[in-house]
Amino acid sequence: MEIDKNMEILVVDDFATMRKVIKNLLKQAGYKNITEAEDGVAALTVLKSQKINFIISDWNMPNMNGLELLKAVRADNELSGLPFLMVTAEGLKENIVQAVKAGVSNYIIKPFTAEVLSEKIEKTVKSL
Amino acid sequence: MDVRFINAFLEGTINVLKTMAFIEPKPGKPYLKKDGLAKGDVSGIIGLTGMATGSMALSFSEKSILKIVSNMLGEDIKEINGDITDAVGEITNMVSGVARKNLESLGLNILGAIPTVVSGKSHSVSHVMGGPSIIIPFETEDGPFVVDICMSMVKKK
Repeated sequence: MEIDKNMEILVVDDFATMRKVIKNLLKQAGYKNITEAEDGVAALTVLKSQKINFIISDWNMPNMNGLELLKAVRADNELSGLPFLMVTAEGLKENIVQAVKAGVSNYIIKPFTAEVLSEKIEKTVKSL
Repeated sequence: MDVRFINAFLEGTINVLKTMAFIEPKPGKPYLKKDGLAKGDVSGIIGLTGMATGSMALSFSEKSILKIVSNMLGEDIKEINGDITDAVGEITNMVSGVARKNLESLGLNILGAIPTVVSGKSHSVSHVMGGPSIIIPFETEDGPFVVDICMSMVKKK
């Protein structure tokens, strides 16, 4: 399956710098349409108001963290099928198990390169 | 201090800066921290709990962190600003994450708190635990930085 580099990607992270870093990496990988949100609450607002094809979300965030956002997305009829890539600095097994149980499509452990991010996105889209 | 902690944070620091900022810092010989040494201009500090407790700080010289964050963001940053402090928090978080994953593979489960960032010309970090801390000095082409670790194993009751 060909990956659509024009798909709308939502990047969720409370650190503005990390959003910039991920945006840069996505642009390096050829993705053009990127929307940002600063936490899970802001992400849900974006998801309700515009078409998003792929979510990349940090785990640790105030207000609503990545795991809570994932659960909210999976519980919503209109959003439940969206591919969800969890970004985390926590490579701990327990967290990964928790995310898988909650229905994460894939996860990526920080730090990562543009190549690794791109591979993860492609793998996630192809597995749908 | 358990050498496994030193190795985990040393490896984590190199891994994060190499991957995210395309910089390969050169580690020097670790030493026991003494007053007046290991100063930095921006520091990220993170508390650690679990099978071992303590804290870890990354203290960067201004020049080194400007270059690191400029590389991470793909833009030229000339002064310490919000982007820099934000990035130092994230770098601290990532180094702690990689180190804790390495320690987990050795059977040591450790959790990390939310990092704090302080900035100010030539400051020094004090760990609340008050135990001896080990400094791992690093050199980059744009200046030095240090990793400052204060950790000890939790005694079984």
